[in-house]
Amino acid sequence: MNLITVSGSPHLHGDQSVKKIMWGVVIAMLPAFFVSVWYFGIPALLTILVAIVTCLVAEYLMKRYILHEDASLSDGSAVITGMLLAFNVPSSLPWWQTMLGAIFAIGVAKIAFGGLGKNLFNPALVGRVFLLVSFPVNMTNWPVPTPNHWVLVDAVSGPTALGSLKESLAKGEMIDKISATLPSYQNMFMGQIGGSLGEVSAIAILLGGIYLLYRRIITWHIPVSYLLTVFAFTGIMYLVDPTHYIDPVFHILAGGLMLGAFFMATDMVTSPMTYKGMLVFGFGCGVLTVLIRLWGVYPEGVSFAILIMNATVPLINKGFKPKKFGEVRNG
Amino acid sequence: MKTFKIGGVHPNENKASANQPIEVVPVSKIVFIPVSQHLGNPAKPQVEKGDIVKTGQLIAKGDGFISANVHSSVSGKVLKVEEVIDYCGIRRQSIVIETTEDVWEESIDKSAQIITECTLTSEAIIEKINENGIVGLGGATFPSYVKYKIPEGKKPEFLIINGVECEPYLTADHRLMLEKSREIMVGITILMKGLKVNKAMIGIENNKPDAIAKLSSLTSEFPGITVHALKVKYPQGAEKQLIKALVNREVPSGKLPMEVGCVVQNVGTAFAVYEAIQKNKPLFERVVTVSGKLLSKPSNLLARVGTPITDLIEMAGGIPEDTGKIIIGGPMMGRAASIIEAPITKATSGILVMTTKESKRITPVSCIRCGKCITVCPMGLEPYLLAKLSEAQMWEEAEDDRIMDCMECGSCQFTCPSARPLVDYMRVGKNKVGQIIRNRKN
Amino acid sequence: MNSTILIAVLAICGIGLAAAIILYIVAQKFKVIEDPRIDEVVEFLPGAHCGGCGFPGCRALAETIVKRESLENLNCPVGGKEAMANIAKVLGLEANEVEPKIAVVRCAGSKSNAPHKSSYDGASSCAFAQMLYVGESGCPYGCLGLGDCVVSCQFDAMSIDDETGLPIIDGDKCVSCGACVKACPRQIIEIRNKGKKDRRIYVSCVNMEKGGPARKNCSVACIGCGKCAKVCPFDAITLENNLAYIDFTKCKLCRKCVSECPTNAINELNFPPAKDKPNEVVAVEA
Repeated sequence: MNLITVSGSPHLHGDQSVKKIMWGVVIAMLPAFFVSVWYFGIPALLTILVAIVTCLVAEYLMKRYILHEDASLSDGSAVITGMLLAFNVPSSLPWWQTMLGAIFAIGVAKIAFGGLGKNLFNPALVGRVFLLVSFPVNMTNWPVPTPNHWVLVDAVSGPTALGSLKESLAKGEMIDKISATLPSYQNMFMGQIGGSLGEVSAIAILLGGIYLLYRRIITWHIPVSYLLTVFAFTGIMYLVDPTHYIDPVFHILAGGLMLGAFFMATDMVTSPMTYKGMLVFGFGCGVLTVLIRLWGVYPEGVSFAILIMNATVPLINKGFKPKKFGEVRNG
Repeated sequence: MKTFKIGGVHPNENKASANQPIEVVPVSKIVFIPVSQHLGNPAKPQVEKGDIVKTGQLIAKGDGFISANVHSSVSGKVLKVEEVIDYCGIRRQSIVIETTEDVWEESIDKSAQIITECTLTSEAIIEKINENGIVGLGGATFPSYVKYKIPEGKKPEFLIINGVECEPYLTADHRLMLEKSREIMVGITILMKGLKVNKAMIGIENNKPDAIAKLSSLTSEFPGITVHALKVKYPQGAEKQLIKALVNREVPSGKLPMEVGCVVQNVGTAFAVYEAIQKNKPLFERVVTVSGKLLSKPSNLLARVGTPITDLIEMAGGIPEDTGKIIIGGPMMGRAASIIEAPITKATSGILVMTTKESKRITPVSCIRCGKCITVCPMGLEPYLLAKLSEAQMWEEAEDDRIMDCMECGSCQFTCPSARPLVDYMRVGKNKVGQIIRNRKN
Repeated sequence: MNSTILIAVLAICGIGLAAAIILYIVAQKFKVIEDPRIDEVVEFLPGAHCGGCGFPGCRALAETIVKRESLENLNCPVGGKEAMANIAKVLGLEANEVEPKIAVVRCAGSKSNAPHKSSYDGASSCAFAQMLYVGESGCPYGCLGLGDCVVSCQFDAMSIDDETGLPIIDGDKCVSCGACVKACPRQIIEIRNKGKKDRRIYVSCVNMEKGGPARKNCSVACIGCGKCAKVCPFDAITLENNLAYIDFTKCKLCRKCVSECPTNAINELNFPPAKDKPNEVVAVEA
């Protein structure tokens, strides 16, 4: 007989593991992945592959030679970072820029902080913002989606819905006039609009989000409070002045809001740990997103909003503690 | 259906021995009876080497307010009174008895007849509970009579009987409720009299429908007692959680259930009280669940205190080849044994034999701050933070974050996707913070 | 245009002046008069704040030294002789001779001497293992080998030997601050004299059980037979609770007890091999 093992209680462990969570997220991203390949074709597939492979290689090398720890990649977090990064760039981005973004995401946003679990900011978003400020032209040049588009060359390119809205508003045009030039809600829902790879189709992201909720990888708090805040805030503005502010449904469907709300704001490492904190976090993300979208320079504010809120997470964790059992109420 | 509000987990129940009737373990040749089988001061031995003792005879007397009497579980000759290694390998003062023919004290009523009448006064009942060495059989082994010494200015309203048995594998209380239901009801009635309350509530998780039905059918004969089915959720058997589930009151941090007018007692204790009061039988034997996936015959065994653990495992089919760990108690809060020749005590509610594969912990990885430990903590604590503070030896911060409220139920570690040893570190923290608090008081 | 620049410059200057005045007033008002010698003493202290001197941090030691105006019973084990001499010079005090000290692990229950009877699986913390049970070797006094001492050491002087499972102390790095002594839940580590030429003799066991049970778990346990105490010519060895202890202030490193011990529980460090030159013993004494 072997030596008897002695350890502290509990002697059972549930079926949750980091690996299962991470690969669950990857599965949840698959619908958006298929949609993006369907609309943007081979370039989209290549961008995603380049991003994932670069993230994996970068993580392996940096873990091994910088952190000096077991360079196992099986937890799947690098795959998520790669996929999310690719979801946040246009398919026409040159491959070497995608690679740079991926290396930056893993190196600066993750390994520099000490690896998985210790990073303050969402690595994929840091990578995207890095690309956005480094290569603004390439990053805001969106290929027009064509279903079943299997050619390597991107023929046409155009602005995103939010981009064209902002441009037209800047020219002083009225909403009712601009609306005609914007894509229909149906197209926005299905994904036939210009934009980053993964953000175009609301339905694909919703499917993934439902899967995440079903698997209990995320809870409803962040996505719901985020989306509700955006809806309420833009709704109020729409009611105040419908000639200058577009209706809230547009804001929900346009840009990276859905992707951000379900996949990026909910990243466990960089979001608060209590339900109360999550609600506050989602609210903050929503307010910042709308502020940037309506009055900022950029047409899209999701990445910045989430990154800024990421920085507040330690504070939120401190400020919004869970209600303790048997806590004596004041008064 | 009633349950407690915050936190909780659902481990696999694995109650393999639920349908096994209670069997009696034959008396061992030599028994080792530790004098400290309860919380508080160890009892003082009353016998010496060479003394002849009868079953049920007082062999060690409680020392101080929080302490309990210890009675001989066998009859025979005292071989020695010295330190014997317990299952953790720690030496404890014990009385070693070589058994002869099983002769019981004359005062003990050995008949199976159920005596319902009890004419004793409240004080006499409490005194008899103390005399017979009854301790809480749920696991904490708190001397029972202490709970009935009501502090000034407090008035008990409810007696709460814990038939939850939320630990996986364990079925001892379940079988007891089925086989000794009437005795338990009488025991509860006696306890109500001792406590001077007229309401008692029995909480049973609804994975034991037969026990709920059996006890419910008897409630008409015993006024004041109600049976409540509870939603299955671990750790419902914890005192504070059970009170929350049954009467929706929260025991304040660091206080006893008496603060909200409740006294909690295990069904096993209720049965022991019945035997002590109506049959004059001290607490020297208890029902132990012996279970595990590898055992050929998971069983519920009525064993004398002091019987070696190996004897019980033998009754359940012997120690399997692939044994990796032996747990005394339930799998969530029990302690792993390193010495399996050690004796069982009043506290032993179960013996679990785990396979090698089950025994090894999953290698921990870094915390991914998912917050699941916070979600499942029934006390509303932040286990990840407490474990980290404890690891970093930041005791004051840990105290501020209420590390002493942790009851080590293990829900956090059970859920942690990173398989971090949260409870290990919190126990270190609790130990240290406890010392600091005690030093401050002195 | 010019006036704009002028206004800006003046405004900045004004703000600067106002701030300077406020700062000056505040600094005057909240000035703490402190003995300037404290700072001088702190200069010579290593700044490790290890607590080895018995005070919380270097400054606390400096304050005490200045306050008492004496170096009696005050010593910085990290800075050693040099630091104390410097401090003495600055304050015009007499530096007292303090023998250099070092931490010693008094357990030899390696994996081969005290074979494991169970395998521990859990947090790498001696404090926790101590709460849980006796430990892998079964010896209730022996080293648990989980490295609480290693974690406590600020000077990187400790490590766990993979082969024996016991901590090793790097004599060059150890400053005898005593952090490991406090960290060890089993009080195995002791601060002892470093000894001439780094030579030390000590009982490498803290087991207070009787001979039988002690030997059952570990082949090199002290069984409390007292042979060493009898053979010691300097009265340095005492026997208490079945355990021998060598008083390092009395021990003259004669090595007689080492060969006498039936269980090899007495450890000698940095001595030349005994068999080759039996006369060496005398030389060492001298």
